[in-house]
Amino acid sequence: MERLHWMQHRCRQMLAGSSGRGWYSAPDGLPGKPSLDTHSSGGRRRTVFARHAPPQQESDAVFKSYKGNAICTTKYSLLTFIPMNLFQQFHRAANLYFLFLALLNWVPVVEAFQKEITMVPLLVVLTVIAIKDALEDYRRYLFDRKVNNNVVQVFCGKQKAYVDQCWKDVRVGDFVRLSCNEIIPADMLLLYSSDPRGVCYIDTANLDGETNLKQRQVVSDLPLQGVEFTAESFHCRVECENPNNNLSRFRGYMEHPSGVRVGLHNSNLLLRSCTIRNTETVVGIVVYAGHETKAMMNNSGPRYKRSQLEKRLNTDVLWCVLLLIIMCLTAAIGHGLWLKNLKDPIFEVDRETSPALAGFYVFWTMIIVLQVLIPISLYVSIEIVKLGQIYFIHNDLALYNKQLDSRIQCRALNITEDLGQIQYLFSDKTGTLTENKMVFRRCSIYGVEYPHEENARRLEVYEAEKMEAAGRSVTLRSGCSSKSLSCRSLSCKHSSVSLHTLTAEEEEEEDQLSNHIQPRTSAFCSRVTKEVVPDPELVRKLNWFCSPVLALSDGSSGSPSSLELTYITDFFLALAICNSVVVSSPGQPRHVVPETQTPLKSLEEIKLMFQRLSFSPLSALSSLSPPKIKGSPRSFTSRLFARGKTDSFTFSTPTNSTTDGSEPGQESNQETSNPRRRVDLSSRVEGGGAGQTEDREIEDDIQGARTNPEGGRQDAEELTREVDCESDADNELLYEAESPDEAALVHAAHAYRCTLRGRSAESLLVDLPGIGSLAVQLLHIIPFDSNRKKMSVVVRHPLTGQVVVYTKGADSVIMDLTETPKGTEQSQEIYSHIREKTQNHLDSYAREGLRTLCIAKKVLEEEEYEVWMKGHLLAESSIENRDELLLESAQRLETNLTLLGTTGIVDRLQEEVPETIEALQRAGIKVWILTGDKKETAINIAYSCKLLCPNDQLLTAICGSKDACAALLEELKLEVQRGEEGLTEGPAAGSRGEPSSGSVEGFILVLDGRTLDWALQEEQRSDFLELSRKCKAVICCRSTPLQKSQVVRLIRDQLGVMTLAVGDGANDVSMIQVADVGVGISGQEGMQAVMSSDFAISRFKHLRKLLLVHGHLCYSRLANMILYFIYKNVMYVNLLFWYQFFCGFSGSVMTNAWVLILFNLIFTSVPPLVYGVLDRDTPAHTLMELPELYRAVQTSKVYVPYMFWITVLDAFYQSLICFFVPYFALAGSSVSELSFGSPINASALLIILLHQVIESHTLTWIHVLVLVLSGGCYFGFVLLFSSFCVTCSPPTNPLGVETLAMSQPLFYIICAITTVTALLPRLLFRAVYNTLRPSAVLESPWRDEVDSEKYRRKMQRWNQSKSRDNRLPLCADNPGLEPSTASVVS
Amino acid sequence: MVKQELANRPDNTAFTQQRLPAWQPMLSAGIIIPGFVLIGLAFIGIGVALFVTSRSIQVLEIDYTGVETSHPCFTCSDPDVKKCVCQLDFTIDSLFKGPVFFYYGLNNYFQNYRKYGASKDDDQLSGDLSNFKSPSDTCSPYEYDSNNNDKPIAPCGSIANSMFNDTFKLYQKVNGSKKLVPFDGKGIAWWTDYNVKYRNPDVSPLKNAFNGTVKPLFWPKPAYELDPSDPANNGFINQDFLVWMRRAALPDFRKLYRRITEGDYRLGLPAGDYNLEIAYNYPVLSFDGRKKVVFSNVSWMGGKNEFLGIAYLVIGSMCVFMSLVMLIVYAKFKFPEED
Repeated sequence: MERLHWMQHRCRQMLAGSSGRGWYSAPDGLPGKPSLDTHSSGGRRRTVFARHAPPQQESDAVFKSYKGNAICTTKYSLLTFIPMNLFQQFHRAANLYFLFLALLNWVPVVEAFQKEITMVPLLVVLTVIAIKDALEDYRRYLFDRKVNNNVVQVFCGKQKAYVDQCWKDVRVGDFVRLSCNEIIPADMLLLYSSDPRGVCYIDTANLDGETNLKQRQVVSDLPLQGVEFTAESFHCRVECENPNNNLSRFRGYMEHPSGVRVGLHNSNLLLRSCTIRNTETVVGIVVYAGHETKAMMNNSGPRYKRSQLEKRLNTDVLWCVLLLIIMCLTAAIGHGLWLKNLKDPIFEVDRETSPALAGFYVFWTMIIVLQVLIPISLYVSIEIVKLGQIYFIHNDLALYNKQLDSRIQCRALNITEDLGQIQYLFSDKTGTLTENKMVFRRCSIYGVEYPHEENARRLEVYEAEKMEAAGRSVTLRSGCSSKSLSCRSLSCKHSSVSLHTLTAEEEEEEDQLSNHIQPRTSAFCSRVTKEVVPDPELVRKLNWFCSPVLALSDGSSGSPSSLELTYITDFFLALAICNSVVVSSPGQPRHVVPETQTPLKSLEEIKLMFQRLSFSPLSALSSLSPPKIKGSPRSFTSRLFARGKTDSFTFSTPTNSTTDGSEPGQESNQETSNPRRRVDLSSRVEGGGAGQTEDREIEDDIQGARTNPEGGRQDAEELTREVDCESDADNELLYEAESPDEAALVHAAHAYRCTLRGRSAESLLVDLPGIGSLAVQLLHIIPFDSNRKKMSVVVRHPLTGQVVVYTKGADSVIMDLTETPKGTEQSQEIYSHIREKTQNHLDSYAREGLRTLCIAKKVLEEEEYEVWMKGHLLAESSIENRDELLLESAQRLETNLTLLGTTGIVDRLQEEVPETIEALQRAGIKVWILTGDKKETAINIAYSCKLLCPNDQLLTAICGSKDACAALLEELKLEVQRGEEGLTEGPAAGSRGEPSSGSVEGFILVLDGRTLDWALQEEQRSDFLELSRKCKAVICCRSTPLQKSQVVRLIRDQLGVMTLAVGDGANDVSMIQVADVGVGISGQEGMQAVMSSDFAISRFKHLRKLLLVHGHLCYSRLANMILYFIYKNVMYVNLLFWYQFFCGFSGSVMTNAWVLILFNLIFTSVPPLVYGVLDRDTPAHTLMELPELYRAVQTSKVYVPYMFWITVLDAFYQSLICFFVPYFALAGSSVSELSFGSPINASALLIILLHQVIESHTLTWIHVLVLVLSGGCYFGFVLLFSSFCVTCSPPTNPLGVETLAMSQPLFYIICAITTVTALLPRLLFRAVYNTLRPSAVLESPWRDEVDSEKYRRKMQRWNQSKSRDNRLPLCADNPGLEPSTASVVS
Repeated sequence: MVKQELANRPDNTAFTQQRLPAWQPMLSAGIIIPGFVLIGLAFIGIGVALFVTSRSIQVLEIDYTGVETSHPCFTCSDPDVKKCVCQLDFTIDSLFKGPVFFYYGLNNYFQNYRKYGASKDDDQLSGDLSNFKSPSDTCSPYEYDSNNNDKPIAPCGSIANSMFNDTFKLYQKVNGSKKLVPFDGKGIAWWTDYNVKYRNPDVSPLKNAFNGTVKPLFWPKPAYELDPSDPANNGFINQDFLVWMRRAALPDFRKLYRRITEGDYRLGLPAGDYNLEIAYNYPVLSFDGRKKVVFSNVSWMGGKNEFLGIAYLVIGSMCVFMSLVMLIVYAKFKFPEED
């Protein structure tokens, strides 16, 4: 069905323009691409009232202009089907051509055949497509009817109650009540939710395939909140933008009768075809209905791209047209001359027409006669062949992912052969090369690095375990398995692609555990993500105040400073709350947050604690100096503060550092001890009032430190144990994150017992170690944005009551925004020190290939907050420019941040990525990595996936200004040039005794986002292109989605090469769409990339087979098929042409007209299809083993212009033989016209079929069957036709012709010699070619092992010699030092 | 249970996984050389047979257009001369083996001219009376006779109109007297034409069927009087008419006129002098056409044609030669690689 859809779409495309690049059906207003159309005119808004309200003149008029909710996706009705369908079909060039021919044949003076005969091709095509269209439309009609008749509860003004109505009767302004798991019938504004916090959850799987729940919120500030919503009392007016297809944007406001306006945004809108989840009842007012809903407006047809080959084909078709015109002109002139020289012959029929005019008529007659020369049917054949190719790609077991139970999805059906011509591959990194299973690896807080050795070991164990698939490791506990069940129960909808990827081994393990669990679990909750083993050092520090209050008096060793502790707690708090993670537990519906424990309870505890410490909260508060320890919880600060002094002493003792601390951690501890002490001292001064109790504690601490040197470790173990125990209880919790990073961080926080327990619109429930649950008042969430590269939450701190902003984002962004807090010189010094250390850690993380995120915070003064909030609310409520204003507002907020720390998240490579990349490179595909990650991370990944070899020379282009960029590019170009010249002197250099180990294999260019921006500008573009063309690979780090697409477009357009972009996330969408072939990886980040891709795979390694095998085969199959098709047409048509020389160029044919038409339409139509679908020039395993074979198709060796001409020449030769052998055999005899055509036709058929046998690389029983059937079909048809067609088909009535001809031996004698002679040259050429240059194609499948081994060696040798020519220069590390090259350059 | 989950798993069949056992047309020397030798030898064999057969066929062609002034038919070639008869003498040196086929031949005559070929009415010719009254417009311009009250023409159309109307009589000169060589005019047209395709209307006598129609302009007598000697050979199923209606493929053609199968001439035409009496009616000189008569005997492969035999011999030898060349090439290129 989908194919039919596509076919139809294709038809529409035929008229959409024959030139230019692919046409993308993706919506214009892609998310992230601001469409400003609505800005231009204020009138383009829609106003919505409650419809049941007393009718007003105004509203009536308004509602009339809005569409109802009935949808009608059918294109035709019963009455309009025939005219409409014909109209549609005649938009197609091929049909127009047929129509033109048919009409031409109706002109008596040029009539070539009976009128009906030229109608046949047209009728066949029209009927087939019409039937297909009708079926398709009927199915759509049934579907529409089903959808339209769905029942939903709509508020009825008369009955003052909700009554059941069909979807189609829902109108804009209706109130609709929905309950859990119901599908939303139209785009509605959420006015009421049974959830006490006014939220509801929707599942958008129907819309975008994402299965995680999205939260929607009742329009804020609605006066009717709380009690059951009554529709009668709703008198507000809703103003919103006109219908558009932007799913992620909705702007408008609601005006209360009082004139108060409330801003509306996307989170108030329930989208059609989404499902309500976890909310009992919701009520909404319909704002867009039917075709005006966002879902319907996004509902565009399948993608249509024009493949490279087809473009090439078009030029060849133009050649065919030219050929046709030449042939027709020849005939026209010939006929004119012939007529002119005739003097009153008895066979003359038409004496009035002048020779010139008759010649003109003959021109058109000949066009009808030779129409087959234009291979219109080729286009239809190509489409069918591609469907066949898609079928095989789709069914390939190697492209099937067992874990996900997903096959490859072929979304674009007509660019299969482009897969065989890829020259540049642009890859995203995260989720494409890597698993996108983020695992918290290590972190750095307060400039102190926590290496998490245990965690690393765990990951290694996991890896090893995964590799060996050897049972379960004791270090791992399957925490996910019990949850997976719950996830399953919650997510009713099974999409074809699960969000969660588990490896086979994991699955097996889990099967052992619980057989009833399927691998599908909630988003990003794989075991490896969840089970973070805490770092003992950090645990110890955290334990300091986390442990029950009693622990305080017990004391512990190695106490951190109070400031450090604030940092640590803030850090974990930020990890826990600075996200959009939805928490749910299997026992309860998702929206129910575990019972909120009021802060009072914890306050009680805190009070208790304070009492123990004989420490009044007030004094603690007063003692805090806001800039220094901003926003730390009261209890914490007080305790930290108390510890602060202890710290200063402890650090002076050598036993302070943990025994099991790693090297960097230790170093940093020692390094930071000095400034820290100073702070501590100062803090002691400030908090002087608390002096005495602590002194005692200090002593305890010192004792503790001495007597219990391993305390830290014990603590850690204890905590781990506790965490473990707790985790059993916490197993109830389930995190659903938007991105895997978030999930990893929340799980990491959880490992430190800083647990996010629940979320509501206004607050977050967080467990803090030692304190218990705290409700954190959530003021704002500024969501993640790929341009800002960060997200923030604004909360009111549960303990200090301050307004705090926690920001999490890419280090480059955060580091720029952090500022030294105002305060004492000392603290500034500390701060800059922290920054410096953190930067060091960031760099080292990146070198390890970790993903880094910085966590920062900011305390807002109340007034500051008020000011900002006003602006923000204004931004939120504005209809126009809302996005821009919000961005601005976010930027205003995210300044002057205080850096807390940084995290390193590990994302492992997918399996077989290095092998795949190596194979692709051997295949001559240049692999570029475009990533948003840091340079170091990107390079590291490039190393580990073998994109970079140790011998490669890295060219780094990172510069701060445009001019610098230009200069740098120039310089790098020279460097590469020198390197290249080094190659030519390579042997000489070797003889000079230079160390070969230092030789450079290739150049790798590394750019960052900013440099890329400049490089993409007009002036630098050519330099950049030239440079990148000489590089083996290019790595663009820190690039935005826009840049990704710009790079792809630049390469595609400027170099004119085939590009493939592969990515998994929304940020790759633009790149995927720009590239010639877009491949989406259905990974962890939703389906956006998949939705916009041409092919969707589940693992990166699938690319290898997809390109090397399927791409190769599809291309060579299609190219061969096209050539064969053209050959077939030219060969056959020429037979008719040669005959013109013997019939006065009058347009006579020596064949029955039916046979003539059907020859192409039936007798020789299927073999090329089989040839195009099944031919295999090289076996799959050879293609996999020898990626070099890809180069042959990549550079389109098969279908090059000269091949076209060789084919045409061969066709000419064959047609000459096929015509003139019978001619000479029968010349002068009493042969009749049709008897003359009989052997010609038969041998033409044999030649055409046998030609395919010669050209085929493989023949299966299917080929044989089809060939035999085709031949049989022809002979059967002509025999039957000539036996029973008594008066039909004048003037070429075939009665008795074939039966007589085939009863004579002469027929067979002629056919035999003709066929053999015609095929002889090609046969000879093939034989000589294969003898002299046995290719892989011929050798490998039938040779035995030894031979193939030998062959492979030969192939390798060939490769080496080949690559020696192509390879980039081998040069020493410092090519500039070679004096000889410099002179060459100059 | 694992199986159940893999609902999307593609079938692991030889077809879907593209592992169908395939034969590769190995066009390498190993197969080509013996193949070429075989084909070559077979072709040479056929070629020899064809050549020998073709050699044994006797053909005698006599042009009687009368272009040269010395030609006996020169006077008749003037289109203004009506009812002209010319005599043509020729000698046969040795027995012309029978059965002898007697053809008339036309050169530069385009029966395959498209408009000419289309100019007939198959329905009329199959005896459909309604098409007698109103012939198909494909017959234009020989549809209605404008000189004769626009009466429909039967048989209509250009092909019928231009029917060859020279007649021949062959005499053997025996001792100064002329002995008529009997002609056999039966079965010279295609069986299907005579029995299936062309029909006279079921009207008796046949003449009545043609009431209201006129004969083709060029014809001296109407269709129902074509052969006064045999009533069954009239109308549309006249053998000569059928032969003419079966249009020739090429502009130089011959058509079977009679066979010589009877009486003393059953075994062929004995050596001797012959006289051909030609009723010269058909004008060809205006368009530079030529007329001829052809005596020929036939074999299993049809008439005399040396081309096929030679072609078979040439292609056969080429195949053998090529296989030799390839053998050398193969030996030269293949063996070094074996080392």
